[in-house]
Amino acid sequence: MTPTRKKRLIMVLLVALGVSLATAIFLTAFKDNIMFFKSPTEVAAQDFPVNRNFRLGGMVKDGSMQRIPDSLKVQFIVTDFAADVTVEYEGILPDLFREGQGVVTIGQMSEDDLFIAEEVLAKHDENYMPPEVADALEAAKPQSKEYE
Amino acid sequence: MLASVGQFLLILSLVTSAALMLLPMVGYFKNNQALMQTGRPLSYLLFVLVLTTFLILVSLFMLQDFSVTYVWQNSSLALPLRYRITATWGAHEGSVLMWVAVQALWIAAVSRYSRSLTLSQISRVLSVLGIIATGFLAFVLFASNPFEITNPAPLDGRDLNPLLQDFGMIIHPPLLYFGYVGLSVAFALAVAALIGGQIDEKWIRWSRRWTNLAWAFLTVGIILGSWWAYYELGWGGWWFWDPVENASFLPWLAGTALIHVQAVSERKNAFRGWTVMLAIIAFSLCVLGTFLVRSGSITSVHSFAADPFRGLFILVLLAIYTGGALTLYALRVNQLRSRDAINLESRETLMLANSVIFITATFTILLGTLFPMIFDYFNMKISVGEPYFGLMFFLLMIPMAVLLPLGAQLKWHRDQMHTAIKALLPHFLVASVLTIACYVGFGGLNLRATAGVFGGFWIASATLWQLKQTPGQLNAGLVGMTTAHMGVAVFLFAMSMTEHKDIEKDVLLKPGQTTQVAGYDFLFNGVQRVAIENYQAQQGTIVVSKNGEEIVTLHPQKRFYPKQQMPMTEADIRAGVLKDIYVSLGEQINDQGAWSVRIYLKPFIRWMWFGGLMMMAGAVIALFSRRSRRMERQQADQVMQDRLGLT
Repeated sequence: MTPTRKKRLIMVLLVALGVSLATAIFLTAFKDNIMFFKSPTEVAAQDFPVNRNFRLGGMVKDGSMQRIPDSLKVQFIVTDFAADVTVEYEGILPDLFREGQGVVTIGQMSEDDLFIAEEVLAKHDENYMPPEVADALEAAKPQSKEYE
Repeated sequence: MLASVGQFLLILSLVTSAALMLLPMVGYFKNNQALMQTGRPLSYLLFVLVLTTFLILVSLFMLQDFSVTYVWQNSSLALPLRYRITATWGAHEGSVLMWVAVQALWIAAVSRYSRSLTLSQISRVLSVLGIIATGFLAFVLFASNPFEITNPAPLDGRDLNPLLQDFGMIIHPPLLYFGYVGLSVAFALAVAALIGGQIDEKWIRWSRRWTNLAWAFLTVGIILGSWWAYYELGWGGWWFWDPVENASFLPWLAGTALIHVQAVSERKNAFRGWTVMLAIIAFSLCVLGTFLVRSGSITSVHSFAADPFRGLFILVLLAIYTGGALTLYALRVNQLRSRDAINLESRETLMLANSVIFITATFTILLGTLFPMIFDYFNMKISVGEPYFGLMFFLLMIPMAVLLPLGAQLKWHRDQMHTAIKALLPHFLVASVLTIACYVGFGGLNLRATAGVFGGFWIASATLWQLKQTPGQLNAGLVGMTTAHMGVAVFLFAMSMTEHKDIEKDVLLKPGQTTQVAGYDFLFNGVQRVAIENYQAQQGTIVVSKNGEEIVTLHPQKRFYPKQQMPMTEADIRAGVLKDIYVSLGEQINDQGAWSVRIYLKPFIRWMWFGGLMMMAGAVIALFSRRSRRMERQQADQVMQDRLGLT
């Protein structure tokens, strides 16, 4: 092999190595770190990742918000009008968190069917509904008690 | 009335930019001097027209003309004048108009400062810029017209989103747009070169300074956005890997790769195709970013309202610009083939490695941003957040930090790798010692923080030493590079500390109660009601002290904007050299006046932004490089001589 060819070969090999390494890392990171979105109906049907964080979204049920005295712990119910999930959260709720409004929470299901949220998100616009929540409500419509 | 004038000027702008798109290009292909010469006057005219249009929209806001739909939707009688002005770019229609106004300014600047390009070159560049302007002006006119009229006009407006009623809103979007749109110049140059079928050093040298300037604006725009999010959103975070943030970060990464590759391709006939490709990628990402922000296809804190038609329109523009440029590239790439051989052991190789790292980072972040959309198509709802982006970015920044001093150490053309590595060994030791000192001093660091701190010291130590080693007079190019690289070092160190040594605590406080966080005492003195300008607020008083000595009294607010029926948290921050003390109010918990309070301690967070500012400063300093200015002058003389027929 001429020196130029050899050099080129080394270059190509290096690039190929880099690309395959990057792809491998990418796939691992991706597999471990994506988060699924589930609606209350799906959670009720046991369709959720166990021992792993996922996003639960829906409406905060009217009158469901409870504060545990002398702590920052709250419990509320997230509903898509077909199924309910009780969420427990300790910390400060976002400004636009309100009963009867859309919400997305991130956390895991505990063994006693409580969703332990690490994070609660409500959007920064009155008129804005998180698209996942809108879709979840839409999907739950046929079985919704309101429509019976 | 004024709105109709604005509407008319908007149409006139579109016609002018269409002329700018067509006439010089036709002139180029027909070799018609007169047509080619229309490029410069047309771009000045376009600038005046678009600027006037934009100022009319600003005036409509100042005059509170609620017959204009866009004005009443984003302003109200109670809104203070300064926010009425900035409300102009507070929502979709106005911000796209500002996009075009900024682009028109860049076009005019290109016309003015392009003496070193020949007529045939500049006419192609301006024409390509005209294509971009025409697309976006059509978008303003047909899909997001800010001059639409509501009849009858409402008596009062809906008010500006309270989050946007802030100083950050005044400066962050314009600067970010300057950077975003500025990359269109590099793009136009690349496409114009492809049309002509050749690209030489002159082109790249000329383009490089524009790219530097755009990159500097982009950098400062992103930093301001981060700073604004930090104090305004009330969660104390400085970067959320939100799709809209990524939208501004992606062109920045590609732009970083581009300015480094340009440094090679302006010196020798190498990496020409790659330079052109990176310029196309960088600007395409700007347009893609505009699509992500404006279409609402992706869940984000920034997506206030979604409109599929607008999304589709931008997607079509993206397809035209990128598709067109890539097609041209495919047709002409053979003519761009670089002739100079690259030595493996040289700075050129490391510059290539730099661009590969940054482009890989660009694509991993792009994939993470787009994956939710792709999965959505298959009816799976996922989100990709900090865990993914944080890990990927960390892994990709390792080779960047390791190789940076090596790249600066190796000489152009030909050098010896092992000599360079040997020269850098002492700095490796210095960095190790300092990292261990930090590790002990700050009571332990996790893996990522240790790596980041080490990277910071390693780059700083080597970079300063290299500056000292430089023989002879310092030139602006070197000073610029050193400043920017020191910025990287400062950023790496500070970011690692802020991310991994911060303290966040949510507590419940009754009036008169004290809580202790990391040696600081926070005394809560209750909440009072205050009424300011167009909002009411519940204002807390928190006295921060250490060892009985009072440091500062903070007044975080929970604001309520009656017009929008919207509450908002306004944190109060004591900015410090070593750490920020950050306090924000949650909500009232019981009727005895107890509140939930969020207390953060953020070490070195100011240094992180300062590091970013240093990168920006480096890019600006490099503009004054005497070498590039001399060469530019020579080129200009050459062009003039050619024109006068002296050669």
